[in-house]
Formats: sequence, structure tokens, C-alpha cells
Amino acid sequence: MELSNILNYEFVQRAFVAGILIAAVSSILGVFLVLRRFSLIGDGLAHITFGSVAVVMLIGVSPVYITLAALPLVMLSSLAILKLTHSRRIPGDAAIGVVSSVGIATGIVLASLSNGYNLDLFSYLFGNILTVTRIELLLSFIVFLAVVATLIFFYDDLLAVTFDEELAQTMGVKTKRINIILFLLTAIAAVLAMKIAGIMLVSAMLILPALTALQLSFSFRITILASVIFAVLSVICGLLLAFLLNLPAGGTIIIINIVFLLCTFGAKKILPAKR
Amino acid sequence: MSEEIIRVDNLTFRYNGTEVINDISFVVKKGDYLGIAGSNGSGKSTLIKNILGILEPDSGAIKIFGQPLTSFRQWQRIGYLPQRINALNYHFPCTVKEIVQLGIKNNEADLKNTLEMMGIAHLAASLIGELSYGEQQRVMLARALISKPDLLIFDEPTTALDPETRDVFYSLTGEINHKGTTVVLVTHDTGIIGKYASNLLYLDKKIIFFGTFEDFCSSPDMTGFFGLDSQHMICHQHDKTGNNT
Repeated sequence: MELSNILNYEFVQRAFVAGILIAAVSSILGVFLVLRRFSLIGDGLAHITFGSVAVVMLIGVSPVYITLAALPLVMLSSLAILKLTHSRRIPGDAAIGVVSSVGIATGIVLASLSNGYNLDLFSYLFGNILTVTRIELLLSFIVFLAVVATLIFFYDDLLAVTFDEELAQTMGVKTKRINIILFLLTAIAAVLAMKIAGIMLVSAMLILPALTALQLSFSFRITILASVIFAVLSVICGLLLAFLLNLPAGGTIIIINIVFLLCTFGAKKILPAKR
Repeated sequence: MSEEIIRVDNLTFRYNGTEVINDISFVVKKGDYLGIAGSNGSGKSTLIKNILGILEPDSGAIKIFGQPLTSFRQWQRIGYLPQRINALNYHFPCTVKEIVQLGIKNNEADLKNTLEMMGIAHLAASLIGELSYGEQQRVMLARALISKPDLLIFDEPTTALDPETRDVFYSLTGEINHKGTTVVLVTHDTGIIGKYASNLLYLDKKIIFFGTFEDFCSSPDMTGFFGLDSQHMICHQHDKTGNNT
């Protein structure tokens, strides 16, 4: 089938639009998460999403609303990670590990209790961008607007907290509020990214574009912009390649992301340092 | 009578049940340069973090510029230079200009003046992570100074500086203080701080000494506590500035 014919299908168009929106959201949040050494929060939240999806499937929620129904649990878990991180009793990476274990263990146990929905549940492990529903598309658009608005209105606060949380506090920044906003948006992004890349590759959607942009040693604003460009290009190239070569879309998108990262590593080696 | 910039009354702070600061009280007045010294774990940085509202005391009261800390909102009146910025351990994607302007809006003229005063105007477009530690400290000092604060708080700012850069840094703090800014500086450099500070607060979970350097250097109690040699070492630089002990 011709590529132009494929692009005429509504579900393909939905996949492109949702993919671009979710990639943009993940890549913006990713810059803040990577710099604050919360890179693995995507993994943790993806595992929680697995458990949450298992719970809502067991309850019998219609497949159309599963993403929406899983959101509250994932958002609560994200806040739990934040709370544990600041408790000073558990290091941040361990906090992610604890919450992540709860999610995956719950998912496995619930899956074994009801064999009927195992197949559906495990399809979330690898994601399928072509099954993005209209509700998920709408949610992606709302989250995209929310992230852009947060970036515009709280740019200085976000930058200050990312640079040094204690210093930000002494500048009058409401660091708790900023952290809650960042973690809640990350939770929503993780749930949506699961549709594209699957549970196993959610953190790649958050980390890889940001890491690639960081290799280029730009200012903060340009780094965020570069991260978005890399993420969106990865989705477009990945989806086109997946259609042309009949490959899984999620994995292809992530491989394109990795190619971009390797290219920036190479460019950094070849090009002279600025200083 | 000088305005009270910081008032600490009966402050106690515990960390996981262990007492780090035990019932301390002192006042910093306008124009003072207070050096806070003490051995590792004596509670110096914890005290600063309590004053800045980063940590919450278990008991006691803190007032900044006459206002209770809990209702204090004029954070632009305080410039703070932390002991360590984690982000500087790797290549944080921020230019010097972005860092110095953090939280400040529409202030190009002030930015230019501050960068020139710190001798880092030529680094404005450089990434902070690409600078030497001494240059990074100048950037952070510029960030603390750009809002023209009435109070500057430094937490061991010279820890990783070479002796020459350290002396330049202390000299800068002295100049800033002479222009009227109140300075509070946590340090291990007890041999140097006397050259610039008017007052000394020596901590060991509780206050061992609080007062002027003149009082410290002439105190038989402090001779008994520190020993004559250590007391002389602390007072040596203060004497060299011509102050009478």
C-alpha cells in the first residue's frame, strides 16, 4: 500500500497527531527530570501504569476509557514518589524503585487472578500508537496545552528549582507547588507515552530527546526547544519507517531517538569544544 | 539604634531526633559582618538553613528584617550563596546570563553592571558548567548581588577555592559590607575571617562565643576554650587590620 494512502486513514492521522503531542510533552518534561536526576521516574510510573491498568481492567472498565481510568492511580503514585524523595529517609532513586515494585507486583498478581484479560494487559507492555482513541487524543492535546502553559507561566520557577531547590526556596519560589505540578504532568505524560512506546519504553520517551539536546550545550531555552524538535522528528520518522518497513511503531520511534543521541555524541567528538 | 536584620531566639533544631542546634539566640544588626565558625557538624549550615526557611526549627523564633520568618516574603532583599550547587557538578545547560538573571526580570543594565563588577562580563554567554570553580563562585555571587540585597548570606563559599581566589573572594565580601550590605558568612577560615568580619559566632551545637572580634581576642574564657595559640591564630588577621585587641 502507498504511504499517501496510509496517511488518509483517520487512525493513522490520529497516531501522528497524538504521537507528536505526547513526544513534545515528554521531551519538555524530560529536560527537567534528567537535570534533576529523576530520569528513571518514567520507568517507575510506567510500572505503576501497568498495575493501574490491571486494576481498572479487573473492575471491568471499557477499553476506551482505560487510560483515563488509570490516570488517578498513576498521579497519586507520582506524588508518593515525590513525598518519599523528600522524606530524607529514602534516596530518590530508591523511592522510584519502591513505587515501581508496587505497580508491577500488583499488575502481575491481578493478571494471574483473571486469565481472561492477560492478553489485553500485556499488550500495554509494548504499546500500539495505532490504537490511540479520540479521548486519548483529546487528553494529549489538553496535556500539551497544560505543559506549554506551565512552561510559560512558571519558567523562572522551574529553572530555579531545577538548578538548585534550596536556592530556589530562598528566592521565594514555592518549590512544593512546582514539584507537584511537574510530577503530576509527568504522570499524565507517562500514561500517554505508554500508548506510543509501551510500558517498557516510556522512560525512553522522557529521557532520550532531553539527553540528546543536552549534548549540544545550548542555553536552557534552546535546550528545551531542541529536545522537542528531536522528539517530534523521532515520532514522524519512526512512524513513517514503521509503515514503510512494517515495523512496530514504538520500538522504531525509540531507535530513531537513539540514532539522534548517537549522532550528537559523534558531533561532540568531531566538533571543537567552545572553550 | 541600628535596625535588626536577623533575630534568632532560643532556636533548637533536631535531625532524626538528634539535636543539631541547641537553644541559641543572637542578633545581627544592619551593617554587621558576622562570621560563623565551628568544627564540622557544629550546626553552622543548619543554622543558615533555618534562618532562610529551608529547614523548619523544632522550637524558637526567627525574625528577618523585623518580620517573623513564617510570614516573610521579601526574599529579593536577601542574597544567598549556598555551600554547594549540585547542578554545577555536570554540564547544566544554562549560560552565565541565565543564572545571574534567575528570578530577575527586565534588568539588562543591572546585569551588565553586576557582571562587570564581578569581572565576568566576558563570560556572559558561556555555559556555567564549562567554567572553573572560581569563576562559578563569581557567577553565583553575581546572582546573589544583582537584586542589590540588604543581606548577604554565604555558606562556606571558599571551600574549593585556591588561596589566591579565596583572598579575592573575601576581599569582595569586605567591599560589599563597607558599602552597607549586612553580611553573614559561614566559614572554616577562622584565620582569615577576622580580617573582614566585625562579629564572630562560634558554634558547637550551642553558642560558644558571640560578640565582636575585639571581645573574642581579649576574652580569657576563649583563651581557656581554644588555647592561646588557636586564639592568636584567629585574632592574627584581625590585629593586622589595625584593630585594637
